[in-house]
Amino acid sequence: MKIFGYQLPAMSSLILWGILWELVGQFELTFFLPPLSAIFSTLMEIGTTKVFLKALAETGYAFFVGTFFAIVIGIPVGILMGKSRLIDELLLPWVNMFLSAPLTALVPVLMVLFGFGMKSIIITTALFAIWIIVLNSRAGVMQINRSLIEMANSFGASPKDAFFKIYFWAALPEILGGVRIGFIRAVKGVIIGQLLISIVGFGALFELYSANFLMKHFWAVLIVLFSISFTIAEFLAHLERKVAYYAARR
Amino acid sequence: MSNNTNDIDNAVTVSNVYKNYGDVEALRDLSLDFPRGQLTSLLGPSGCGKTTLLKIIAGLLPADSGEITVNSQPVTGPGPDRAFVFQDFALLPWATVMRNVAFGLELRGVNQSEREAIAEKYIGDVGLKGFENSYPHELSGGMRQRVGLARALSVDAQVLLMDEPFSAVDEQTRRKFQEDLLNLVKNENKTFIFVTHSIEEAVYVSDQVAILLPRPSRVSEIIRPEGFRHKDATSIRRDSEYLDIVDRIWASLRTYVE
Ligand SMILES: Nc1ncnc2c1ncn2[C@@H]1O[C@H](COP(=O)(O)OP(=O)(O)OP(=O)(O)O)[C@@H](O)[C@H]1O
Ligand SMILES: [Mg+2]
Repeated sequence: MKIFGYQLPAMSSLILWGILWELVGQFELTFFLPPLSAIFSTLMEIGTTKVFLKALAETGYAFFVGTFFAIVIGIPVGILMGKSRLIDELLLPWVNMFLSAPLTALVPVLMVLFGFGMKSIIITTALFAIWIIVLNSRAGVMQINRSLIEMANSFGASPKDAFFKIYFWAALPEILGGVRIGFIRAVKGVIIGQLLISIVGFGALFELYSANFLMKHFWAVLIVLFSISFTIAEFLAHLERKVAYYAARR
Repeated sequence: MSNNTNDIDNAVTVSNVYKNYGDVEALRDLSLDFPRGQLTSLLGPSGCGKTTLLKIIAGLLPADSGEITVNSQPVTGPGPDRAFVFQDFALLPWATVMRNVAFGLELRGVNQSEREAIAEKYIGDVGLKGFENSYPHELSGGMRQRVGLARALSVDAQVLLMDEPFSAVDEQTRRKFQEDLLNLVKNENKTFIFVTHSIEEAVYVSDQVAILLPRPSRVSEIIRPEGFRHKDATSIRRDSEYLDIVDRIWASLRTYVE
């Protein structure tokens, strides 16, 4: 971003909002927004406590296992849908339905099916992330240059070679975009899962802090969550930029 | 090279081939022979089925009926005896020139050091030495098609199928390519099947020009420009037989061009 010809450092809008937040907090306009500095000192306090670290571990575990399954199932399913008309026509209505469905409403069903434990939380997380990964992988495959596929066939590529050496790479820019959005949705999924299914992890902390109006604590946990998803999203955006050079010429 | 004592040794034969796309009749009862070690051009109006015929020979498309043989073996799919050069190059944009040239061998299971040694040779042959680690987007159109050509050459197929390989490169490069192609036909003892829109190009590079009629397509005429074949590359374009043949082909094709 540039203002009056000066190149502003990256994320300077965040700094601006941070300052605004601090001001609003200092003037004690609402209990809902304590000063940012107070939130950070609270974060320093609770950040090393056993309770917090346990919550972080529980949330992190559900998050990474859930997104892992969303990725290793979502990408191949999306690629197969892009490759095969038949599979596409079978699955596309379901994928579209789940993508726009209010998944939160499905969580009670998951609890009946998979119990009140970690399993249901992981499945909820995966369900939040997977559909956009499927759709993006599919879109990536759909725009592959036909002659790349004919080229592979003309040299006698096996289906496995075609999958791993052509389809996956040609669709990679879209796949990475899907995974990035999938991760962000998974953050939402894991917290909703932890709030609704069994009160554990960050979900439990949110529940505890908001029920007791501990806003500093509440925001501290939220900022941790935000930083994690921001870092992951930025990392994936970085990977996306690395393959962008060929996104325009496939 | 020929181990066949018949009068003409054909590397590829196409007999009574029909091909429909739904209601569109692309090829009707098309027959054509491709003599070994020679270059045959397919010339005809746009949409007459040249690409269709080439893909059927490549085994990328099935014919509805009729028979195609390569070295007397019926074609049922792609095979190591044929290699394709694509109009739009069909290079992997995420792979270097080296990997692209070696990709045909990679798919055929040749190990890395062996296939890179072969690719190295052909990269040099097509004049891309020093670009081994470049990516396709860093190359000009002409250079990209050299990569596509090197890839097709490196699998050492006896039959090279080329679908308008020079149509996406500029005119000067194209002339250079045509001269290089003449040398390739002379030195490589391969059979070339070459699709082009350009009458001059067809007459210039071909041992045999097959003229196809508009859909449903069949061969209307076969012309063998032989008189000037022995001449050197630059004087062909001024040869009177060359100019006559170009005129004759134009006369028979012009009725189909609005
Ligand atoms: N996949 C397809 N589905 C339906 N029709 C097709 C398909 N491919 C080709 N055709 C039709 O078949 C005919 C022959 O096509 P083809 O591409 O073989 O022509 P061509 O001689 O290569 O044309 P050009 O000189 O423009 O490249 C055309 O009329 C085209 O519209
Ligand atoms: Mg064509």
